Amino acid sequence: MTETATQTRHIPDRLNSRAHSVFRSWEALLLAVAVAIFIVNSFTSPYFLNAWNLSDATFNFTEKAMIAFAMAMLIIAGEIDLSVASIIALASTAMGLAVQYGAGTTELVAIGLIVGIMCGAFNAFFVTVLGLPSIVVTIGTMSLFRGISFIILGDGAFRGYPSDFAWFGQGYVFWVITVEMVIFVILAAIYGVLLHKTNFGRAVYAIGNNPTGALFSGIRVQRVKFILFLLTGLMSGLAAICLTSRLGSTRPSIATGMELEVVTMVVLGGVNILGGSGSIPGVVIAAFVMGLVTFGLGLLNVPGIVMSIFIGLLLIGVIALPRMWSIINARRHKP
Amino acid sequence: MSVLNKILASAAAAAMMIAAPASAEDTRIALVVKALGIGFFEAAAKGAEEAAAELGGVEIIYTGPTDTTAEGQIEVINALIAQNVDAIAISANDTDALVPALKKAMQRGITVISWDSGVAPEGRQMHLNPSSNALIGNMIIKLAADHLPDGGDVAVLSATTTSTNQNTWIEEMNKVMGNYPGINVVATVYGDDLADKSYREATGLMQSYPDLDAIIAPTSVGIVAAAQAVVDAGKVGEVNVTGLGLPSEMAGAIESGASQSFAIWNPIDLGYSATMLAYEIAKNGAATDPGSAIPMGRMGSLTLDDNSEGAMADPFIYDASNIDEFKSIF
Repeated sequence: MTETATQTRHIPDRLNSRAHSVFRSWEALLLAVAVAIFIVNSFTSPYFLNAWNLSDATFNFTEKAMIAFAMAMLIIAGEIDLSVASIIALASTAMGLAVQYGAGTTELVAIGLIVGIMCGAFNAFFVTVLGLPSIVVTIGTMSLFRGISFIILGDGAFRGYPSDFAWFGQGYVFWVITVEMVIFVILAAIYGVLLHKTNFGRAVYAIGNNPTGALFSGIRVQRVKFILFLLTGLMSGLAAICLTSRLGSTRPSIATGMELEVVTMVVLGGVNILGGSGSIPGVVIAAFVMGLVTFGLGLLNVPGIVMSIFIGLLLIGVIALPRMWSIINARRHKP
Repeated sequence: MSVLNKILASAAAAAMMIAAPASAEDTRIALVVKALGIGFFEAAAKGAEEAAAELGGVEIIYTGPTDTTAEGQIEVINALIAQNVDAIAISANDTDALVPALKKAMQRGITVISWDSGVAPEGRQMHLNPSSNALIGNMIIKLAADHLPDGGDVAVLSATTTSTNQNTWIEEMNKVMGNYPGINVVATVYGDDLADKSYREATGLMQSYPDLDAIIAPTSVGIVAAAQAVVDAGKVGEVNVTGLGLPSEMAGAIESGASQSFAIWNPIDLGYSATMLAYEIAKNGAATDPGSAIPMGRMGSLTLDDNSEGAMADPFIYDASNIDEFKSIF
């Protein structure tokens, strides 16, 4: 009895220890893909290896990646938020509205983040307090949040953002390093520590693996999930600030369809869509892979349709490879 | 003999290079569209290729995002800036959101013009309208009114609530409603330029307004969906579908009688003109100040107004008499 009590319980970051080695190589596999894409791009286009061009290319993924970090934790905990792009629309609309009343950059940032958190809290209430499935709730709020933007803006647009507000989406910290890139790196570090080095992160994995078990282990499951929805909302608010700043205007159609690209990035990063496993480094590499692929193909003037086929194949390929590998391995080791 | 030929050929080539140094290296003109896979833009690309062949030494880069988003077009623009193309001619998904990206393109020495769906003046050097908005607004209501001598109820099936084009035309249409007594616009609905949603909206219109006489769809996606909805509802002859559409896609609707007539400018001419204008500005330094006139090949010349905009031509009506001739073209 005492033996079991003192035994330290280890909850693995990744499901299924048999496949541990395979999953360990997931990030390695992704990194190899990223490097391969980088090399192929440098050979296929003479414009690829140019600091300014690569800097421009980072905009293809930085905003999505900000949300993807929080989304990764949410998906690991067994929930999902499909309303993130609509939160961007609502937060951006709120900021645009504030500009009409003379708000400065500081107020705009505060409004963007607060609206993001409030939307997250709204989702969290229905999922954690009322116990509704998050996929249903956030499909609903996906229409709701964007709908509010449409009611406020109709076919109009908000313009006239203060000139120093452009810093977030168009500014450079030094040389070719954009402000968004710096935010991306800082967030990657914060989320990496939060998920992999804190009790909170352990709780997230525990909930994703077995919510009931987690509850009986004394983890406040609903509170952890509530915080995760708040974080996702907050990140959507931050992405709204960056995107609005980059576009310099707000329309209710802003960021349409971005939620699927965020989820694609998370899944490509090795996060189990059913929850329980995944890592932040995986998501970081996946962000680069998606950014490099879209930019590289863009330089070759490959039509967007072909590009999405490519992303789809990449997703299926990266997910199927380890699985196929383990099946082949299992067959080989059969007596 | 063959040596002599070679010398003559290279001399001729050298002479040509001296005469026209511009053609020594290809001029790259990017035709950026709202989204790929739309018949209208494919036709415009055909016109751009025609202009390129006429000019010589011009490479057309026909590109655009998968779906009609400003973010997608910005990614495309960034890729074009990276390639240092000579000119970008864009049909914009958003009037304002593309401005920072296009400004960056102009700062790097790229000629930027918009065509079809415009960009705010600070984000481009000039804009080519396919026709004038007032003429189109008048045309879409005239098409419906021509077949309703005793007046009647009509409804508008538009694209998205944020579509610059459609909103302007509907606004212009409302201005001239006084010229068409007895015609009432009972509703305006939005099909988002998606076939299935437009179909549902059109079906909804016929259910909500049983006495509806005509559906005006100033979008090539909506008009086809509306015509199909009318056929499926068994209301051919009762509800006339009209507006702006592509002859190839509308041939069936004209044949079935779901649509009496519709209008469109020629997208081939539009792509042709946009390419000609981009070339004139990028290569021959044509001025884009208000009031200046820029030649555009077989389409004559474009005179710019105070906003550096110009109208190409009047919209053209297609009906049973000429649909067969045009349906194979675009």
